Amino acid sequence: MSVNGWLQFAIYSIVLLATVRPVGTYLAHVMEGERTWLDPVFRPIERLLYKLCGIKADTEMNWREYAFAALGFSAASLVFTYVVERMQGLLQGWANPQHLAAVGPDLAWNTAASFTTNTNWQSYVPETTMSYLTQMVGLATHNFWSAALGLCVAVALIRGIRRTGSGTIGNFWVDMTRSLFYVFLPACIVYGLLLVAQGVPQNLHPYTVAHTLENPSQAQTIAQGPVASQEAIKMLGTNGGGFFNANSAHPFENPTPLSNFFEILSIFIIPAGLTYTLGRMTGSPGHGWAVLGAMFALFAVGFTVCYWAESQPHPLIHDAAQTRTATAPGGNMEGKETRFGIADSALFATVTTDASCGAVNGMHDSFTPLGGMVPLVNIMLGEVVFGGVGAGMYGVLIFVVLSVFIAGLMVGRTPEYLGKKIEAYDVKMAMLYALIFPLVILTFSAVFVLLPNVGLASLANQGPHGFSEILYAFTSGAGNNGSAFAGLNANTWWYNVCLGWDMLVGRFLMMIPVLALAGNLAQKKSVPPSPGTFPVNSTLFAVLLIGVIVIVGALTFFPALSLGPILEHLLLHTGRLF
Amino acid sequence: MHPIWKTSILFTVVTAVLFGLGYPLVMTGLAHLLLQRQADGSLILHDGQVIGSALIAQSFTSNRYFHPRPSAAGNGYDAQNSGGSNLAQSNATLVKRIQGDIDKLAAQNPGKPVPIDMVTTSGSGLDPDITPDNAYYQIDRVAAARGIAPEKLRRLVADHTEGRQLGFLGEPRVNVLELNMALDGLR
Repeated sequence: MSVNGWLQFAIYSIVLLATVRPVGTYLAHVMEGERTWLDPVFRPIERLLYKLCGIKADTEMNWREYAFAALGFSAASLVFTYVVERMQGLLQGWANPQHLAAVGPDLAWNTAASFTTNTNWQSYVPETTMSYLTQMVGLATHNFWSAALGLCVAVALIRGIRRTGSGTIGNFWVDMTRSLFYVFLPACIVYGLLLVAQGVPQNLHPYTVAHTLENPSQAQTIAQGPVASQEAIKMLGTNGGGFFNANSAHPFENPTPLSNFFEILSIFIIPAGLTYTLGRMTGSPGHGWAVLGAMFALFAVGFTVCYWAESQPHPLIHDAAQTRTATAPGGNMEGKETRFGIADSALFATVTTDASCGAVNGMHDSFTPLGGMVPLVNIMLGEVVFGGVGAGMYGVLIFVVLSVFIAGLMVGRTPEYLGKKIEAYDVKMAMLYALIFPLVILTFSAVFVLLPNVGLASLANQGPHGFSEILYAFTSGAGNNGSAFAGLNANTWWYNVCLGWDMLVGRFLMMIPVLALAGNLAQKKSVPPSPGTFPVNSTLFAVLLIGVIVIVGALTFFPALSLGPILEHLLLHTGRLF
Repeated sequence: MHPIWKTSILFTVVTAVLFGLGYPLVMTGLAHLLLQRQADGSLILHDGQVIGSALIAQSFTSNRYFHPRPSAAGNGYDAQNSGGSNLAQSNATLVKRIQGDIDKLAAQNPGKPVPIDMVTTSGSGLDPDITPDNAYYQIDRVAAARGIAPEKLRRLVADHTEGRQLGFLGEPRVNVLELNMALDGLR
């Protein structure tokens, strides 16, 4: 670990925290349908879109209608992407300069499910599988849609908390349209151009054939494409699906330390801003800050562990300079890029898994056992440490409800949350959300570990790390993260199909209880706070929230972790290899 | 058909055109207008021929050149098959590979510990950079092969060392392709 590494963490944190208030305020304006400075540009387009699609913008929906619209739209867009992938072979010219063939049915299903759910798990090598048009129309569109959809559901839940005696929680189509046009599109245009300035390509040329310096007869084919436009929304929408196989480790996706700084900032910027939106929309700013504080504490701990672990020398390698010098980072550089070194790789890995982004700038599979456990644990906590766009907010609000409930049990009173009584139905919905997640992860992992030909044949590493690869895959899928211990060959029929379901369950079966909770809270009456009300804007509350998140995660997953990364760490340091 | 389906399908198609075609095509136009070189992949031309991209590692094996980090992309430096080794620290194959490479280098350069980035594959397999320590380690070999004074090469490496961006971001690094091109220009 170095002073400069910590300086980077400190500056990143300061810049991030400085964005929370302006971003959160803007998001509140957009989602409340208020006027913004972009109205002259986008208001006419917004109205035209409502007209074209037959959307009645002034009617509100109850939670069931809202959920049906979200599911209907997701189904339609999933089928759309599946069809685009399957018909890729018909594309010609700039749309498919490498003449890539149609994507196979199981892979097309997996990819369509993956991008619809904001997971962006990739079983394929994009450079040799997906044409330019497929990436643009089939995949990058989902980066916009799935991020906007997450934002919609989060705002619907916040409305549910704020409203009293109301049957409705907003209009899904209006929420979608406004977040797409007023949040993601303008931000991506500016951000995309910043990325191009750092060296991210944006073209529709066929791959470049280079004649290399040492041996001009030896050609190097350099994959190209419309990378920057996709990279921008991939990060800002916490999607994480790389234009190239190496994702943000690829110099074309992430060419400089500055582009890297933009990328990690853009992962957290909306999820962090949403904590302020929460405080503002519920009229309790202190509550937003308390939630942010809990998230930030968990993030800082994760980074510290990961940075420390990755800075350690390999215990069994000798005669190498593995400690830091002024001009070399040392530590575990397998799978890491020189320009990022240890600090930026550990920071990226922590951020991308705290949020359900899943982009990587170094290969998590080659991290040290404990360094690689940090991303895994981050996802297992439920993607609530900032979390995905919107998904992190509604996820953490579930834990907030549970925290308030537990606090209520401790003092023997009916729990209240911002003036709403938390009753049996609300806690049931929260528990449904909390239980579906480990159920799907642990069931799939256990089944695949038991099937040698289906599960184990895909492993790149043996021993406890092999178990970690399978556990990571299903955790990443259900958490809608999409990063991987990428040695696992997941492009098989069984993995493609089951991970597809893993992702869909992790997204939509968890979203429905959230909307049900929103609908139920919206119709409740507000009760004035009494001396027995547990204040949700205090440090004590933030500590309780951290406790609930950690205890739920640890109780559920500790046995699995001890069979994977913890065992691997202990064995490695006794000299045992696999 | 339930009205939700109709709206879903229409919304999907209309926004797919706007965000899947309109947005990336406008971005391609803007990028070429403002930042042509970067938009085209930072290509390096020599006598009208593309010799590579400044951002993408290419293979160098001769003693006359500085070598990039080993690559796990395809069969090595395959710029349409990027990726890392994905080998775990507890994988015997990885430890054998790294220690084998170290032992070879140590035999040629006794008493000098091998910079770890020299024997580890990068995440992309296309890492265009090496650490300055790595470049300095290779100087004696290149100097002997070219008959240049090592002192001259040390200055060249120092000139091609890029510090931390904005003074604090990332790590110091040397771009191998640009260093080797400068090396050819030295004669």
